[in-house]
Amino acid sequence: MSEAPLLSVEHLTMRFGGLVAVDDVSFSARDRQITGVIGPNGAGKTTVFNCLTGFYKPSVGRLTLTGRRGSFLLEQMDGYRIAQRAGVARTFQNIRLFPGMSVLENLIVAQHNKLMRASGYTFGGLIGLAGYRRAERAAVEKAREWLERVRLVSMADWDAGNLPYGGQRRLEIARAMCTDPDLLCLDEPAAGLNARESAELNQLLLSIRDEQKIGILLIEHDMSVVMGISDHIVVLDYGRKIADGTPTQIRNDPAVIRAYLGEDEDDENPAAEGAKA
Amino acid sequence: MAVTAVDRPVDYTDLAKRSAAAGVITLILGSLLVGLETVPTPNGGSMQLEPRYRALICAALGIAIVYFLVELLKVGRAMPALIGGLVMIAAFALLEWAKIQGLPLGDQLPFNSWVVNWGVMLVPISLVLRALLMMRKASRPAAVQQAGHRDDSFATFYLKYNKLFGTLLIAIAVALPFAPFADRRLVDIGTLVLTYVMLGWGLNIVVGLAGLLDLGYVAFYAIGAYTYAMTSINFGLSFWLALPIAGALAASFGIILGFPVLRLRGDYLAIVTLGFGEMIRIIITNWWWFTGGPNGINDIPRPSLFGLLFERTAPKGQETFAHFFGIDYLPIQRVIFLYFVILVFALGTNLFTLRIRKLPISRAWEALREDETACRALGINPRNTKLTAFAIGAMFAGMAGSFFAARQGFISPESFVFLESAVILAIVVLGGLGTQIGVVLAAVLLIGMPEYFRALQDYRMLAFGIGMVLIMIWRPGGILSHRSPTIFLNRGKAKP
Repeated sequence: MSEAPLLSVEHLTMRFGGLVAVDDVSFSARDRQITGVIGPNGAGKTTVFNCLTGFYKPSVGRLTLTGRRGSFLLEQMDGYRIAQRAGVARTFQNIRLFPGMSVLENLIVAQHNKLMRASGYTFGGLIGLAGYRRAERAAVEKAREWLERVRLVSMADWDAGNLPYGGQRRLEIARAMCTDPDLLCLDEPAAGLNARESAELNQLLLSIRDEQKIGILLIEHDMSVVMGISDHIVVLDYGRKIADGTPTQIRNDPAVIRAYLGEDEDDENPAAEGAKA
Repeated sequence: MAVTAVDRPVDYTDLAKRSAAAGVITLILGSLLVGLETVPTPNGGSMQLEPRYRALICAALGIAIVYFLVELLKVGRAMPALIGGLVMIAAFALLEWAKIQGLPLGDQLPFNSWVVNWGVMLVPISLVLRALLMMRKASRPAAVQQAGHRDDSFATFYLKYNKLFGTLLIAIAVALPFAPFADRRLVDIGTLVLTYVMLGWGLNIVVGLAGLLDLGYVAFYAIGAYTYAMTSINFGLSFWLALPIAGALAASFGIILGFPVLRLRGDYLAIVTLGFGEMIRIIITNWWWFTGGPNGINDIPRPSLFGLLFERTAPKGQETFAHFFGIDYLPIQRVIFLYFVILVFALGTNLFTLRIRKLPISRAWEALREDETACRALGINPRNTKLTAFAIGAMFAGMAGSFFAARQGFISPESFVFLESAVILAIVVLGGLGTQIGVVLAAVLLIGMPEYFRALQDYRMLAFGIGMVLIMIWRPGGILSHRSPTIFLNRGKAKP
């Protein structure tokens, strides 16, 4: 188990018409590790995420997840099944909560599949079986645990849309964790957070890694977050992987420095401008 | 808020200009809409057009003045509105009094019809009420206003007495047929309203909870009605046996029609469901050898109470309700019985909805309404979840349809036109998406009131339109649009 990586991405390519958003990217993410995916804007980070979580079907490539529930080929699964069966949870770059539902309800919805079984696919719940009530209490307890960890207990009955921005970010992570994932994919969780909040986020992610014993895949622009907590970093630029290694290695990698800071002798190349747009 | 607004200076020239503009616009629009009337020529025989100067000028002046006063009210000056409103009411009352007394001033009332005259009176009355309300608010200490910040007082009030209100409504509904003023017409209207309440509650699951805008809901109503009519005519099935069949058939049609529209959202979904609704009606109309086509189906048997018939005489081997209980046969017994049947159906729908709201499926519906992408990321199967909503909504429509067929005794495709879907949707939307009591209030308002006030003839549709506009202005989310969570973590703890 410790030998096979939790997630292995092999030759992932995603084309949208003529545009190659992700070009032959391979990397792996390990259990109990935080893997950072970084790159300039438009590098294809979110596209990789969308392929992993089934929102896109990759044009080419194999995505293997080997978790506690078995081994899955993610590129062949429907979007919702990846979360349901394989245990991949994700958050979104632009927060996607259920704004009209309460904070607690957001976390209960995340445990939908477990509760559906407990409610006998609605029929048992309608006639009021005790099993469902027990399962619901357990779900509430689990939600309470996560609300305590993200410090939202006192706002549990608020509408999620009324939470302050940082609270919404934390709730989205708590909601993803309520699905009991093996791999947690976070799309820019520190975006819009101030320095104190992102330091808190670091602590939360480290504690999830160590206590929940799951793998975390992290897209982030905030270098203090990525460099501070990643065990392993993958760098993408124009859809290609340009570097892969520990934070120290990445910091000194000439290709990464070139991608982020540009290169003096390189003339402005028009293809790059086009891809950005 | 109001306290600081009083200190704001008012630009009277600008305000006067805008009021004048409002008056001119009224004059222009009014001259096109109601500026002319046809009257018989003095020597008889033909008609001629005559301008309505008095009504037009009164309307333009009135609008300009009311606009002026309302704008002043908005910046916190209540006194002019109060005085202006009172003057208008007094002038109106004077003219009305003069008319009753037969004094010469009496024919100077602005409009020809008393309904319009009295309707117009509502404007200064509401102006005065608003002014008084504002004065009371301004006189209250600021701390009190702070506590009551932008809260929906109507919904809060309702939530406080939620249980009581519901029980009261049920009590009224049960007692209605036995009230001393209840006649056959009232019970009939009550039955009609309850049918729409049930349809509204059923559609509320699809539109309110799952957020799937269904404009073809009447199709399932039609399927239920035809299922009962055809099974009873062809196979002699009783109402109570046909009911679950009708529900199940409508539910399966809900799934069949739901499948192709799974990927559609919002407007696109609405258009396609509208098409499906029409298709069902057109199929029923044209499949004449099967459904009777435009002639419909006649002589549909009435439901019985555990085998007791509501007829004057029973066929051999059966018994009538009146005979069994040893009372005289009255036609109203059947009307009251039908009323209670639909009451039980509607309450059953309500109970079902209240229960299912606490189950994961309903939370998944709501989550799907809020954000489908996030739902998929959480492992919720959007296809099954949506189809369940379509099926359950359709099931209730099917049962209501069977009841409709049994009550009318005759059905034809005419009863299942798009307008019905629109009315049911209007009930759900005006009542407040996702709320139960709101649907009842809206059904009473939209179905009961126009039906009860048929005597007012054309004006009831006018009142209907005004009512809809007022709801949109004052309660854009519906009469009761408050949603409270289905589960609480900190309930019972002291609120801050």
